[in-house]
Amino acid sequence: MTLDARIRAGVGAFTLDVELAVAAGELVAVLGPNGAGKTSLLRALAGLLPLGSGRVTLDGVVLEDPAKRIRVPSERRPIGLVFQDYLLFPHLSVLENVAFGLRARGVARATAIVQAGRWLDRVGLPSEGERRPASLSGGQAQRVALARALATNPALLLLDEPMAALDASTRVAFRRDLRRHLESYHGVRLLVTHDPVEAMAMADRLVVLEDGRVLQSGTPAEVTQHPRSRYVADLVGVNLFRGRASHDVITIAGGGSLTAAGATDGEVFAVVHPRSVALFRMRPDGTPRNVWEGRAVDLDLEGDRVRVRLTGSPPIVAEVTPAAVRELGLDRGDQVWVAVKATEVNVYPA
Amino acid sequence: MILASAGAAFFIVPLIGLLLRTPWASAWHQLGSPEVLAALRLSLLASVSATSIAVILGVPLAWTFARLTFPGRAVIRALTVLPMVLPPVVGGVALLYAFGRRGLLGASLAAAFGIHLPFTTAGAIMAETFVAMPFLVITVEAGLRSMDTRFEDAARSLGANRWTVLWRVTLPLVRPSLVAGAVLCWARALGEFGATITFAGNLPGRTQTMPLAVYLALETNPDAAVVLSLVLLAVSLAVLIGLRDRWLGAS
Repeated sequence: MTLDARIRAGVGAFTLDVELAVAAGELVAVLGPNGAGKTSLLRALAGLLPLGSGRVTLDGVVLEDPAKRIRVPSERRPIGLVFQDYLLFPHLSVLENVAFGLRARGVARATAIVQAGRWLDRVGLPSEGERRPASLSGGQAQRVALARALATNPALLLLDEPMAALDASTRVAFRRDLRRHLESYHGVRLLVTHDPVEAMAMADRLVVLEDGRVLQSGTPAEVTQHPRSRYVADLVGVNLFRGRASHDVITIAGGGSLTAAGATDGEVFAVVHPRSVALFRMRPDGTPRNVWEGRAVDLDLEGDRVRVRLTGSPPIVAEVTPAAVRELGLDRGDQVWVAVKATEVNVYPA
Repeated sequence: MILASAGAAFFIVPLIGLLLRTPWASAWHQLGSPEVLAALRLSLLASVSATSIAVILGVPLAWTFARLTFPGRAVIRALTVLPMVLPPVVGGVALLYAFGRRGLLGASLAAAFGIHLPFTTAGAIMAETFVAMPFLVITVEAGLRSMDTRFEDAARSLGANRWTVLWRVTLPLVRPSLVAGAVLCWARALGEFGATITFAGNLPGRTQTMPLAVYLALETNPDAAVVLSLVLLAVSLAVLIGLRDRWLGAS
């Protein structure tokens, strides 16, 4: 089972332009900031947002291809959708909610009720069937929503920020259960989230979406080691520069330059971990490295480190110990020298 | 403060006048008289029929206005809610020229099917529907607009076709608006006077509904007029109390 999608769709002035392939057994997380087009992508796959062009294929069956005038309506796609805010039908009982999809697909009422009951068992809510959705806690409601989506045995399961509305304590328990259910589910799974922790914890592969486009895709380790956007770099907490490399010198697009060891010529990304950035009151001398003058604009205590945000050419974030801050007598607005070893600049092609 | 008191008194004094004039001793007797009973029965039949027709035709209309965009939608919508502000007697005249003996459709209806609508009970029902249906349409439309349409998306993703979505999700979710709209529509139909008397006339037992009977009885039997008025007042109060959460807030 695989999902193959090439999607171009417009929502007002916003354009979604995404290519995506997901194999069964693989859990792919679509990660991106709010407004990146994550929900639009799911709606397009679910048949709720018509494609302008492109093609969506699931298990070799074409679900949508505007060029060939093929469009399987949402109700005939073998999909399950889980929403951030559950969207349980408020006028139906929990059991009727779970049975809804089976009933809609023509399963006899008695059979549907029995199967729905079994699903409630599986998500750990065997005795809540007669309750109304409004009386459930967030975690319970999302379990019911998951049962409702899985009850029809869909070939494609789409989860739209399933944990975003849950409070922190519920989220941990729900994530554990969700992972268990996803492991026993044999279709194609796609999880949308803006929470990097959730994405890293759950997914085999990340697809980073920004402004309607895929910026980067790969295993969580690949993505975090080689960020290709400010968004991912900020998530991981590293300094990301983009520039042109020539003979180990990278001229940075926004001004300044960095010397790196063994950079290939051409357009590159350069990553510098904040812990590799050293700060000095006097201009340091000695080993070949990158040295420039900056001004501390912000100091933040994070755990046992202090994050110092510096303007300069280029601007950079340094992470130093509180003891170092004391020794330097560093405060907001102070002028300091910034030093980064050439071997600490991690360069890869853009 | 004085103006406000005057304003309130303006509404309250007529009601007191009506209550003081009520012949309580003979009220039951008046209610039991054949003319009053006939008017009551006809009013109930006509207003309930008008409300049923309004629901059957008005809900699809409200859905169309709330969910579809098409050229001329604003104009059509304006025309369908026009009877809310149109003098009812104008509505009656308009109905006469559409469905009357020499009307736009009336002539062919009479020729083809032998159907004559004016001055019949069906005509009274039509007049009431014409005037009252807009109340249902705009109430249900507002309900549909304020509803979260993603519930419908969820239902479709679960395999429900449009019809199932409508019956099992959309209509249940807008039920409060539907009930409120139907009650408003019914109350308006019950009180209908101008369009009914113009299009359907004033034939006791056939087209003489309660408001018409009240008007006529004022001349001949004022006691009956007062009692009938009281019945209509009680119905209006019941509707107001029934819908108080919607209109008057929690107070």
